[in-house]
Amino acid sequence: MKINLKIWRQAGPNATGKLVTYRLDDVSPDMSFLEMLDVLNEQLIAKGEEPVEFDSDCREGICGMCGLVINGEPHGPRVTTTCQLHMRSFKDCDTITIEPLRADPFPVLRDLVVDRSPLDRIIAAGGFISVSTGAAPEAHATPVPKKNADRAFDTAACIGCGACVAACPNAAAMLFIGAKVTHLGELPQGQPERAARIVKMLNQHDAEGFGGCTNVGACADACPKSIPFDVISQLNKDLRTSLVRGL
Amino acid sequence: MVDVIDGLYREGTPIKDTKAPGGPIDKRWETRKFEAKLVNPANRRKLSVIVVGTGLAGGAACATLGEAGYNVKAFCYQDSPRRAHSIAAQGGINAAKNYKEDGDSVFRLFYDTVKGGDYRARESNVYRLAEVSASIIDQCVAQGVPFAREYSGLLDNRSFGGVQVSRTFYARGQTGQQLLIGAYQALQRQVAAGTVQMNSRHEMLELIVVDGRARGIVTRDMVTGEIETHLADAVVLATGGYANLFFLSTNAMGCNATATWRAHRKGAYFGNPCFTQIHPTCIPVSGDHQSKLTLMSESLRNDGRIWVPKDPADREKDPRTIPEQDRDYYLERIYPSFGNLVPRDIASRAAKYQCDAGKGVGPGGRGVYLDFADAIARFGRKTVEERYGNLFDMYQQITGDNPYETPMRIYPAVHYTMGGLWVDYDLQSTIPGLFVAGEANFSDHGANRLGASALMQGLADGYFVLPNTIRDYLAAGPFPEVPDSAPAVVEAREAVQQRIDHFLSTKGTRSVDSFHRELGQILWEYCGMERTEAGLTKAVEQIRALRADYWKNVRVLGGNEQVNQSLEKAGRVADFMELAELMCIDALHRRESCGGHFRAESQTEDGEALRDDEAFAYAAAWEFSGPDAPPVLHKEELVYEFVEMKQRSYK
Ligand SMILES: Cc1cc2nc3c(=O)[nH]c(=O)nc-3n(C[C@H](O)[C@H](O)[C@H](O)COP(=O)(O)OP(=O)(O)OC[C@H]3O[C@@H](n4cnc5c(N)ncnc54)[C@H](O)[C@@H]3O)c2cc1C
Ligand code: SF4
Ligand code: FES
Repeated sequence: MKINLKIWRQAGPNATGKLVTYRLDDVSPDMSFLEMLDVLNEQLIAKGEEPVEFDSDCREGICGMCGLVINGEPHGPRVTTTCQLHMRSFKDCDTITIEPLRADPFPVLRDLVVDRSPLDRIIAAGGFISVSTGAAPEAHATPVPKKNADRAFDTAACIGCGACVAACPNAAAMLFIGAKVTHLGELPQGQPERAARIVKMLNQHDAEGFGGCTNVGACADACPKSIPFDVISQLNKDLRTSLVRGL
Repeated sequence: MVDVIDGLYREGTPIKDTKAPGGPIDKRWETRKFEAKLVNPANRRKLSVIVVGTGLAGGAACATLGEAGYNVKAFCYQDSPRRAHSIAAQGGINAAKNYKEDGDSVFRLFYDTVKGGDYRARESNVYRLAEVSASIIDQCVAQGVPFAREYSGLLDNRSFGGVQVSRTFYARGQTGQQLLIGAYQALQRQVAAGTVQMNSRHEMLELIVVDGRARGIVTRDMVTGEIETHLADAVVLATGGYANLFFLSTNAMGCNATATWRAHRKGAYFGNPCFTQIHPTCIPVSGDHQSKLTLMSESLRNDGRIWVPKDPADREKDPRTIPEQDRDYYLERIYPSFGNLVPRDIASRAAKYQCDAGKGVGPGGRGVYLDFADAIARFGRKTVEERYGNLFDMYQQITGDNPYETPMRIYPAVHYTMGGLWVDYDLQSTIPGLFVAGEANFSDHGANRLGASALMQGLADGYFVLPNTIRDYLAAGPFPEVPDSAPAVVEAREAVQQRIDHFLSTKGTRSVDSFHRELGQILWEYCGMERTEAGLTKAVEQIRALRADYWKNVRVLGGNEQVNQSLEKAGRVADFMELAELMCIDALHRRESCGGHFRAESQTEDGEALRDDEAFAYAAAWEFSGPDAPPVLHKEELVYEFVEMKQRSYK
């Protein structure tokens, strides 16, 4: 396949960036999207041009490190991560535009690499259960109904990639937070801190400069792990409980 | 000076683990915990610990040390501690809970692990691992790890990797992810509490040793390029395995040996570098562009049947048109009692032999079929979908083939490294104050690791072992403050700077990746599934030549003060080159087959691995003596007091 690429190049956090056009003549449909970029980079290096910087690590769709906006869509046209997208999803002679996961709280560091550390700080604010090592009771002491355990798992599957934020016109991270409060809120172990957790996480969310949710739903469409949109309703419901309790 | 053996290495004095107490095996850990000195809670804040790596081992250690009140500085190369490669583990984690009442016990888990490791691991360590395994599950459940449950609400278990009891806990096919998120959240809680200072996108490039003690590290900020010095009372490396040496492996793109190799160069012995594990069920290479290999869970072998065409002429045919009598279900034929469920190393080697005989299928003839047609006929498509749906989807995503309709193609890939820095029972390396946890050490799996045991080891080390043993060392601290101007600090920083300057100024003709790929090919050919005297000798020569060329001819563009992934990779590949040579020397010197290490010269009449306990019942701990000087071998004799050494048989 022949592929035309328009890739965002930006030398550093404070530099102005622009889209630069490249062309690849020998793309195999079996290549992953990132392998296609590897091939481009090898060609650039051979020509003495600096390669395109982009993040990836596991390349199995689980670590959340990758994340590119492909033709305007975070992670591209399919419900999967960028690293699990393959070139057979494109056609010969397609032009593909590749940009970083853009959002105000995620500044570009170079080319397609962004800073997503605000998501870590939101977790630090309250996305955990406070149990120190050694303080845990016997695992079978508290049974968890399978239904709750399954829903906890479904929402715990979030990989922290930030695609939801990039997809949202308001740059809200509500799907991300909703996933975490639902995961922990479904479990008996998560109850004692449930009401306070959500308030702390939302305060941090706002402090980081993420926007508010206006129920657009673009986040859930972009999510590679199919985190359901209704975690945001759960979040709102829990928040009301917290507010009633004056937290 | 002692003689150089085989032209490659010297032998030094034997080495011993002096920390494990003697006596009954089930009392040793308790005794050690009691004997290890305590640190007064009021003093902990004044004691600082550097932890490099935030995977299961490092993340758990940071959280636990932070909770205890120590002053922790943590480092990882990804943009967040949540992305360590532990996240990719699929299958599960073992623990001797005996929830199924099927005869499991701490002793049985210990026994299985020693036997699975082909009698090349230390009994004391393995017993402790089995002993703390149950507490891991308690801890993770309390943190909110959503393990699979039964309708009763109780935890579900499955049997894994050919063991006869059900002791594996799992969270669908994403156990590593869920365990890591648990550890990560505990770590973030300590970040908020101010006990842990997290440094993401920081790569450790050198260890600082002052007056014989590990006192700090030199890192590069991967965004700004700044070279930083970090000093502390002790250093923990939890930096994962080195399977990426092979270029193509199931490890993440950034997995590296730099932290452990730099420590090795500063005096930490490297244990059993040739013990690597090759996983039989990975998606085969599809072309030259391939950047990594994807594991397909081992559970597929429970219902899938592995075969190749009997006649090499049929390799290109549509497999569905090949009649039953023209197929060779070779595992079922050779190993009638275990069939498709033989251990990983045996299944891997058998696939290689079929492909070497010209019967391999798919691109390059490196693949065998894993066929679900019988399973679908027997249980119906729906059941197969319930069991393996997500794996089938992933396979289709990557290959474009639909495994419900046509057999999958699989081939072995490098997956895990049992070798790592040598540590004693306290997880302390041969450099005082340098501790090593998780896959980065060599401690618990001998020559072969059982499925679902690496997650167990990582969390055992991080939550329960290291925090208890490191205090014995820290009790003598705080150690005298090290000024930035100390010669050891200056020297370490300069070494890092020089290496970076070298890469950026070489302006050679070949990219880092092209060298890495070539290194991987040499290793895969000569130090992979089957190793021979001649092949390994050739590999050592080829690696040396490649390394010499690398330093002269590598091309790294851009500068240091920016995100520069070529520069990051350049340092890692330089270290891989040196480790690769040691790995081949270790493989050469161990003239026996054991676990994942198969020496063609050492096999039984019917082609099975043949151990030589007379000559090789020891762990090989290698000392660095210069980049071009022969390494020195220190043998740690392995004594089996509680498990009898037997030859494996799966026929
Ligand atoms: C695909 C796959 C599936 C697996 N499935 C299973 C399974 O089902 N069950 C099981 O028990 N085991 C499994 N394993 C093995 C297991 O996942 C690993 O052995 C284990 O998770 C390693 O944990 P760790 O904490 O030692 O290292 P890792 O999780 O690899 O963490 C390494 C850490 O070190 C950091 N680091 C590395 N180098 C540097 C440096 N130079 N500077 C700074 N930081 C650095 C990284 O950023 C990271 O934080 C699997 C492995 C793979 C690859
Ligand atoms: S909710 Fe989905 S899109 Fe958002 S961070 Fe999690 S996995 Fe990524
Ligand atoms: S690289 Fe890990 S999810 Fe894509």
